[in-house]
Amino acid sequence: MLRLVKLELQKLWLNKVSRILIFISFLLPFTVLILSSIKINFFGFFTLELGELGIFNFPIIWHITTFFASYFKFFFAIVVVSMIGNEYSNKTLKQNLIDGLSKKEFILSKFYTIVFFSLCATLLIGVASFLIGLYYSSYTEASIIFREVEFLLAYFVKLVGFFSLCLFFGMLLKRSAFALGFLFITWILELIIYGLMEWKIDGDLPEKIFNFFPVQSMYKLIDQPIQRIVMTKFPEKTDIIYDYAVHWYEIAIVLGWSALFIFLSYRLLKKRDL
Amino acid sequence: MEPILTINNLTKKFGHLTAVKDLSFTINKGNVYGILGPNGSGKSTTLGIVLNVVNKTSGGFHWFDGNTTTHDALKQVGAIIERPNFYPYMSAEQNLKLVCRIKGVDHSKIEEKLDIVGLLDRKDHKFRTYSLGMKQRLAIASALLNDPEILILDEPTNGLDPQGIHQIRQIIKEIAANGTTILLASHLLDEVEKVCSHVVVLRKGEKLYSGRVDEMINSHGFFELKTEKNDELLKLLKADSNFGKLKVEGDLITAFLNQPMSAPDFNQLMFDKGIVLSHLVKRKESLEEQFLQLTDNLN
Repeated sequence: MLRLVKLELQKLWLNKVSRILIFISFLLPFTVLILSSIKINFFGFFTLELGELGIFNFPIIWHITTFFASYFKFFFAIVVVSMIGNEYSNKTLKQNLIDGLSKKEFILSKFYTIVFFSLCATLLIGVASFLIGLYYSSYTEASIIFREVEFLLAYFVKLVGFFSLCLFFGMLLKRSAFALGFLFITWILELIIYGLMEWKIDGDLPEKIFNFFPVQSMYKLIDQPIQRIVMTKFPEKTDIIYDYAVHWYEIAIVLGWSALFIFLSYRLLKKRDL
Repeated sequence: MEPILTINNLTKKFGHLTAVKDLSFTINKGNVYGILGPNGSGKSTTLGIVLNVVNKTSGGFHWFDGNTTTHDALKQVGAIIERPNFYPYMSAEQNLKLVCRIKGVDHSKIEEKLDIVGLLDRKDHKFRTYSLGMKQRLAIASALLNDPEILILDEPTNGLDPQGIHQIRQIIKEIAANGTTILLASHLLDEVEKVCSHVVVLRKGEKLYSGRVDEMINSHGFFELKTEKNDELLKLLKADSNFGKLKVEGDLITAFLNQPMSAPDFNQLMFDKGIVLSHLVKRKESLEEQFLQLTDNLN
């Protein structure tokens, strides 16, 4: 397993473009987080300190950081898609197999790398949120600090799921640009189907089905936290209360999709004549 | 003899097209094999199947004694097919390190193998800056990294300039001299003739011949003859059961032998019959002539 990860990391690390993209996907959310947590003085007119809004308090900070950090996954998505596209366009996939890598090992080396990267991203966000939280939060009891730490797990699963989808599209279409385009089309398509269902079917059935769709199920893992912030400011408004928690079945759906995408990628490669 | 690769009734279909049809042959240790055939005769497909990149339709193959999986066997095989494929953004050395990781061999061989193909001084240059000849040589170095039992080369001199072709052939000969089994696919007949001891001839996915190069067709050779008494000579040759087909081109007569006969014996015979030859050459068919004869016979 270590051999396969090392193999893939060498391929990525020596490529200038993917190295830059990896840097961005790691550093950008981190920088944004740090910048937003410091007090910014706008030339003496007013000071902006997001921390005073209470968004960096435990436990809500886990929710907020993971939600916003997950937008930066698109940078690494480009890396995932191109790490398949390049293998096809350089014909190195064929050469790897001839050199003695099995098709299974090839897919696994990509998948392990995805998991490895998601793990790193999760750890980084986890540590950063923890430190910023400690600085701003007035509660420092362990029970409160680690209360919604499951958002980190959701973040990890969300990344693995999304990158598995990218991997599958990369394998399916062999070209990075097409795969990214297809990713966008899938997202639009899900929205259109949801819209049609809303139009034709009454009740909450359409939304329930919608939450099973691949892209939506990943998005649904971490619900938007804006409403929650508003909720804490106006506790008397009961009509805006919503369910923002991470549920086990949401994680199960995304894990199911991830397993399916990895399996399909393998099947695709196995059936294909190179 | 120790078998390295055994192919049994292998068939590959691409839709309606049958690229390889019921192919069987065995590669034994220590010989240099050529797979010969025109473009599109199924050479690359056959190699692709045994190298695990093309799926077979039916039939089978096994490496070595049949107890190793293809995946493990490929780690003892060195192969280059069609074009050299490497990561353009990595240097030669980095590319070879990656191959070492895949094959599970130590990095220490890299310098040695780069030296064999004469690329040691360019090892830190990126692959994309290499000329085609250098790329092909790097591919050979990469295939040699694990000191393979067998080296498979698919059209290794395709697209190279004469100097590059010469370099590659020289390297192949040196490797063969060290006792490595080589399987060389080519449509260039003189290439196979120069390097190989055994040959498998394919046409439209079917095997026409497999065996030693010099035994490819039952031929005892032929005489090229010139004399002033052409008609008498022809009459004599026609009457003689030692000779089969006769060919007349201008004043040159070509007589194909049915049985072995040496040039001095023939000369003596003609002299006894009162015919003085002004030109006498005994030759065997070149591989090209043999190949054309073999493929013609089936048309």
